Amino acid sequence: MNKNYMVSLIAVIVLFLIAYVGTQQGAGLQLVFGIIIPYLAVILFVVGFIRRVMGWSRSAVPFQITTTCGQQPSLPWFKQAKIDNPSSTFFVIIRMFLEIVCFRSLFRNSRMKLNGGTKLTYQLEIFLWVGALAFHYAFFTVVVRHLRFFTEPVPFFVTLLEKVDSFMRIEVLYDAIQSGLPGVYMSGLVLLAATLYLFLRRVLIPQVRYISLAADFFPLFLIMGIALSGIFMRYFTKVDIVAIKELTMGLVTFRPTIPEGVSGLFYAHMFLVSILLAYFPFSKLMHLAGIFLSPTRNMTGNTRQVRYVNPWNYPVKVHTYDEYEDDFREKMIDAGLPVVKMPEEQP
Amino acid sequence: MKDKNMILAGLVVFIVVITFPFWFNMGKAAPAPELELTAKAKAAKTCVMPTAFMTAEHMQLLDVWRHNVVRSGERMFVNADGKLFDMSLSNTCLDCHSNKEKFCDRCHDYASVDPYCWDCHIDNPKGE
Ligand code: HEC
Ligand code: HEC
Ligand code: HEC
Repeated sequence: MNKNYMVSLIAVIVLFLIAYVGTQQGAGLQLVFGIIIPYLAVILFVVGFIRRVMGWSRSAVPFQITTTCGQQPSLPWFKQAKIDNPSSTFFVIIRMFLEIVCFRSLFRNSRMKLNGGTKLTYQLEIFLWVGALAFHYAFFTVVVRHLRFFTEPVPFFVTLLEKVDSFMRIEVLYDAIQSGLPGVYMSGLVLLAATLYLFLRRVLIPQVRYISLAADFFPLFLIMGIALSGIFMRYFTKVDIVAIKELTMGLVTFRPTIPEGVSGLFYAHMFLVSILLAYFPFSKLMHLAGIFLSPTRNMTGNTRQVRYVNPWNYPVKVHTYDEYEDDFREKMIDAGLPVVKMPEEQP
Repeated sequence: MKDKNMILAGLVVFIVVITFPFWFNMGKAAPAPELELTAKAKAAKTCVMPTAFMTAEHMQLLDVWRHNVVRSGERMFVNADGKLFDMSLSNTCLDCHSNKEKFCDRCHDYASVDPYCWDCHIDNPKGE
């Protein structure tokens, strides 16, 4: 038992129960969980995000600390690794783009191992990369797909994505479990599986467990809770989708309403999403913006061609040797010292 | 300073993108669609199952019906009130709800679902 993940797990379960119980018949806190908290969460997200990024924009970048992963520009017969060691803005943009959409640096992940007790070997460790790609793309798909609840009419790209995402059909018809229609969204299942993998990785690999804190587990459990409650609503405990869309459309058109017949599971789902949004700017999830601002990736590796000046350097007043000589040339000549520039002979 | 402007520009783009639902729907009210019942449905008063169940789980019911007809060859469905129904999409559902455009479709357009059933099943059995 590890207190880091137990604390996070219990926190998520408690949050879930608060919203679930709070919106049952007797309690009647629909207004709080359906309108007030979602609005507060969005405001916190936007304001917190801006503050965090503006804070970063004020911090110093004193050195050009590009991580170079290949041959730098050199003599003409050395082939430069243009993307891994970019010397122009164009290739920096390509490098950043590939980093953001393909997670190239994660792909380089390797595991060190002692073979036979004496021989050190490195092997490619690709699973984190696969898991991270699956997770991020599934999450992105799920978010875009949810726009069907927040737009009217629903734009074509959302409908298209829904079609692609649900093209696999699974039918389970037992007395205990029945699920067949509506179609299965792959992204939801991939999201849950990938989150589960990212969690198990932190628990089962000793080195990773050692560096994992509650702040690493909490978002994982939160996302698992969101995915699980969503999957439950869609396939098992069916909810009234039209009433839910009425609620969500009320939120985005600033005409908030609480329709009849929205289940507690939905409020709990939305509460967990609100928590995620509100928690986002204060957590490691800010790597969403951080990836764009990593100096090791977004700077050019051309320190040999162009001098990098720390933009925060204090403007030091310098007195060069030329100026020094101008000041003392006569005296130096009189004293017999060598000078660079001889004074012109007066005719 | 150049970096700061770039960061600001990026931030503005991000905020515009994430507030998409707010400006996309600006000034529009989007109430739930109004469903019209046909005279026949009105006379029947109730659906195959209780309304709350139908609203949320009609697709599941259709799936079970399809399964029973196509796999087991059973065509009769008895509901909780003991009423008999032929398990048929076009002949039963669209018998009462023959105004598909003003009933099924209104809901489905609002929820952005597009059942593929009508590729094969006739959606206007009475030829109205
Ligand atoms: C109260 C609104 C409402 C009405 C009325 C309605 N539906 Fe639906 N229907 C839905 C919603 C919402 C879904 C999608 C659920 C989801 O995406 O999770 C759906 C999904 C379906 C699906 C599964 C679609 C798929 O491929 O995933 C079928 C089939 C279906 N409806 C048939 C019908 C028929 C036939 C009628 C008319 C007799 C009808 N529905 C009337 C709301 C409605
Ligand atoms: C006997 C006529 C009849 C048949 C057959 C019938 N319905 Fe209904 N249906 C009704 C009536 C009447 C209502 C409205 C009930 C109410 O308002 O309480 C209704 C309501 C519904 C609703 C809920 C609408 C809402 O307001 O949320 C759905 C969804 C629905 N029907 C789908 C179907 C489907 C799918 C089938 C085929 C399996 C079907 N119906 C077969 C008469 C029928
Ligand atoms: C590829 C064509 C095709 C598609 C698409 C299709 N069906 Fe069918 N369906 C059939 C055929 C063929 C039968 C058998 C008809 C029979 O034996 O009476 C059938 C039978 C049924 C039946 C029982 C018999 C009847 O008269 O309705 C139901 C209910 C049904 N389908 C529902 C659905 C639903 C709901 C969808 C959409 C999610 C759907 N079907 C999509 C071809 C199709």
